[in-house]
Amino acid sequence: MNSWIAVLAASVAVFSWKFLGHLVPRKFLESKFLQELAGYLTIALLAGLVGVQSFVSSNSTTGQQSVVFDSRFVALIVAAILLKLRAPFLVVVLAAAGCAALLRLVF
Amino acid sequence: MTSAGGKVFNVALSVGIATGVYGISFGALSITAGFDIWQTIALSVLMFSGGSQFAFVAVGFSDLATAVTSAWLVGVRNGFYALSLAPVLETKGVRKILASQLTIDESAAVSTSRESLEEQRKGFWLTGISVFVFWNLATVLGAFLGQQIGDPETFGLDAAAAAALFALVWPRIQKSSGAIVAAVAVIGSVLFSLVLPSGPPVLLGAFLAVLVGFQLNRGKRE
Repeated sequence: MNSWIAVLAASVAVFSWKFLGHLVPRKFLESKFLQELAGYLTIALLAGLVGVQSFVSSNSTTGQQSVVFDSRFVALIVAAILLKLRAPFLVVVLAAAGCAALLRLVF
Repeated sequence: MTSAGGKVFNVALSVGIATGVYGISFGALSITAGFDIWQTIALSVLMFSGGSQFAFVAVGFSDLATAVTSAWLVGVRNGFYALSLAPVLETKGVRKILASQLTIDESAAVSTSRESLEEQRKGFWLTGISVFVFWNLATVLGAFLGQQIGDPETFGLDAAAAAALFALVWPRIQKSSGAIVAAVAVIGSVLFSLVLPSGPPVLLGAFLAVLVGFQLNRGKRE
């Protein structure tokens, strides 16, 4: 897939939910099932991406993927501690990046 | 403008400035993920939903079809904000399209926190516009910063991307059901990655986690 097509298709796809919500009758809001689905989908997809980005490593020649606990794992723990301490978004992101960069520099 | 109206304006402005910070991160991550500056700007203008945008560039070139699907599914919650905002805003025609595009976490949150109908409308429009302006300015700034960075891993930007997604999901995993769904999604996605190429594992892991979530709720009701 061409990357421009992906950018535009994803933008239209995201817009479709917003527009649909403004169009359909209100009674859909009362569907407990749909509300739960929307809540869980957001959590599950974002969390799944965190997992894959933090623990999966891809061999650059074979493409074979494996589970690893490296500097990204330490960075994630640092992020969790800072989130628990209610640190601002930018602090969390920069600390995670700095942590991973530093560990790579040392080891 | 009444004093209460002024207060909505201040809230809208500060929410806009705060989200700008996310915008800088997004711009930089999108560039280091391999998207060019115009694609990065297009994502912020056209997609305009932080969670979906971060998900899109996180999957990125590893599997563009999954990137599209992830962004789409992460954006489903905006449809529910729109459902509850529609009777408040009562928009028609072009304004309905504008209102749709500005329907995001922040504008919905500010609007529902207001009491009178007039304040709810003002809250929605002012916050939506404010976030749109700051988000896009910040994206451009972040994109230029991203271009100054050579290998993203040297600066730990892969870890930064994961931390950004983590921060977005954090408020939603404070309840035990949310935390369990997130844990299943993490474990499921990682394990599926061992047997499948990158992309589908995230969707399969999420599907599994949603099923578990519904099972948990059913257990609670019985």
